[in-house]
Amino acid sequence: MSDPTTDKPEGVPTRPAGRRKRRRAAGAHIFVFLAPALLIYTVFSIYPLIESLRLSLFDGLEDGTAVWAGLDNYATLLFDPNWATQFWRAFWNNLVLFFIHMVVQNPLGLLLAALLSLAPRFGSAYRTLIFVPTLLSVVIVGFIWELILSPLWGVSETLLGTIGLAWLYQPWLGLESSALATVSLISVWQYVGIPMMLIYAALLSIPDELIDAARVDGLGGWSIFWKVKLPLILPTLGIVAILTYIGNFTVSFDLIYSIQGSLGAPNFSTDVMGTLLFRTFFGQQLQVGDTHMGATIASMMFFIILVGVTIYLALVQRRLQRYEM
Amino acid sequence: MTDTASSNRARASRAKGVSTRVAVHGVLAGYTLIAIFPVVLVILNSFKNRRGIFTDPLGLPGEGTFSLEGYATVLTQGDFATYFSNSLIVTVTALFLILLLGAMAAHALAEYRFRFNTLLGIYLILGIMVPIRLGTVAILELMVDLNLVNTLLALILVYTAQGLPVAVFILTEFMRTLSRDIKDCARVDGLSEYRIFFEVVVPLIRPVLATVAVFSMIPIWNDLWFPLILASGDATKTVTLGVQQFIGQYTVNWSAVLASLSIAILPVLGALRPVLAPAYRRHHIGRRQGLTPHHPEVRRSVRTHATRRPQVLWRGQGDPRRRPANQGR
Repeated sequence: MSDPTTDKPEGVPTRPAGRRKRRRAAGAHIFVFLAPALLIYTVFSIYPLIESLRLSLFDGLEDGTAVWAGLDNYATLLFDPNWATQFWRAFWNNLVLFFIHMVVQNPLGLLLAALLSLAPRFGSAYRTLIFVPTLLSVVIVGFIWELILSPLWGVSETLLGTIGLAWLYQPWLGLESSALATVSLISVWQYVGIPMMLIYAALLSIPDELIDAARVDGLGGWSIFWKVKLPLILPTLGIVAILTYIGNFTVSFDLIYSIQGSLGAPNFSTDVMGTLLFRTFFGQQLQVGDTHMGATIASMMFFIILVGVTIYLALVQRRLQRYEM
Repeated sequence: MTDTASSNRARASRAKGVSTRVAVHGVLAGYTLIAIFPVVLVILNSFKNRRGIFTDPLGLPGEGTFSLEGYATVLTQGDFATYFSNSLIVTVTALFLILLLGAMAAHALAEYRFRFNTLLGIYLILGIMVPIRLGTVAILELMVDLNLVNTLLALILVYTAQGLPVAVFILTEFMRTLSRDIKDCARVDGLSEYRIFFEVVVPLIRPVLATVAVFSMIPIWNDLWFPLILASGDATKTVTLGVQQFIGQYTVNWSAVLASLSIAILPVLGALRPVLAPAYRRHHIGRRQGLTPHHPEVRRSVRTHATRRPQVLWRGQGDPRRRPANQGR
């Protein structure tokens, strides 16, 4: 694979305890490891993004040329009443979506992962089946739930009837007051497998020795979970939280688009940044697509996500302690 | 007296064990039901005729309601075999590239100290925050210039770029928790840096690779956006796009819609086991040959290292004395 002569074995590792020192830089292999990933990533991900940031600073003219507009597009988006109401409503809906995922999806994922890590019988069957919705396409999921919640088919009404709660039934997806929460819960239903898998993998990687030691010290199952396992998987929980935050701005579009359309029906109550971007970018019935305003919204999403990630990196990630296990 | 006391205690703990077990299975089975009920409902009803679907949606297909008319419509009208092979080619190729290139980059970031290490790390995981879709127009222009519109390669390249950041992020995080001793031992044994990556690091991170594979696979398989924009031609349509357009055409024909949904679901169910199985197979590096240091000097240094450092080493590899005990597990 390479010539071994360039890789002289270093001294026997007898570094001072606790200090993690990385190997000194040594030539070509670092480049070989990094270059292919960097190349594909730069050309197909970073360059288009920069291009889109650049477009947000220009304005299109009738004849197809672009003129420098500075921050005018951003000012329009944030202060022009036509745009600002849409923008802030979409932003708020995204926050609601994020909140519902944080209080429903992630605790549920943690609970399921913790139960699975007890290695119950049929554990792998449970795991597999709970993961089924995650593998399904959003198109399918959206349509399945549209059918089930539809008053036309009446499945959910019948089901609620069997437990005496038929009066509770409403066409949740069609009501302004409940549409966003319903879509969020459908998304939770679909994606709870992801935090479950991440947390489960983290729980499995905890060495048995640690658990045995805790047990010898007299800790019971609950204490072991709260005092030993949970602190050890905190980095994973941090990853789950930040992935939820980001996914909330990106993935949520698919589900809302396939259930409620690009207008965030009913009456914009499920309109998120993604649908707003799509609408603006590609146009809709009464509106021509606007590349530059679209790029502006895309850039705003970028900045919002940037703020969240910075907070995570500065406040959360730094305080987490990593253990070599 | 002591006998009854101890047997009482034993019974109590057994009872607690049983009730705990019941609670665990109750929660897991309950949620499993919620997870698969909608899917089962759709598949069941796809085998019914229109009357059966509406009069008794929860019942099994039986006499008078059983019908394959939906499937007949789907199989004569849609080209699902092509859609599937397209989805499969795109997903598998992109996944392979994501895992290989992602693990290589993560290894470089986690293992070596060089200039711009942190900066490159941040640059690579920037893509997590930046949905690649935000650059759609530029991507489309690029693909037109490269003459890749309506090819599967366009999708593969975009999905690889999309999947790399998460893969690098998770793998780097995980690789930093790998014990350094095992790699240093391999270095002492004279392995090149490339062999260390492929023969020491990759086997160690296999469970995480499987997890990353699952997470990267989902958005690729399910994506609607890029197939629609970059490869909407009949020859390059993926399953998601195919089903979406099919449903659009047949909204009033419920049996056809349910049948097309079922057809899209079934292969996913079939792929489920192989996808999930390797993720949790516990692996033991001790089984691999040529990794454990043979020199007494190295062995001594490893041992002193292990006793001096507060961290727990990776499942006892650091201590050669433990090997025989590990192998049986």
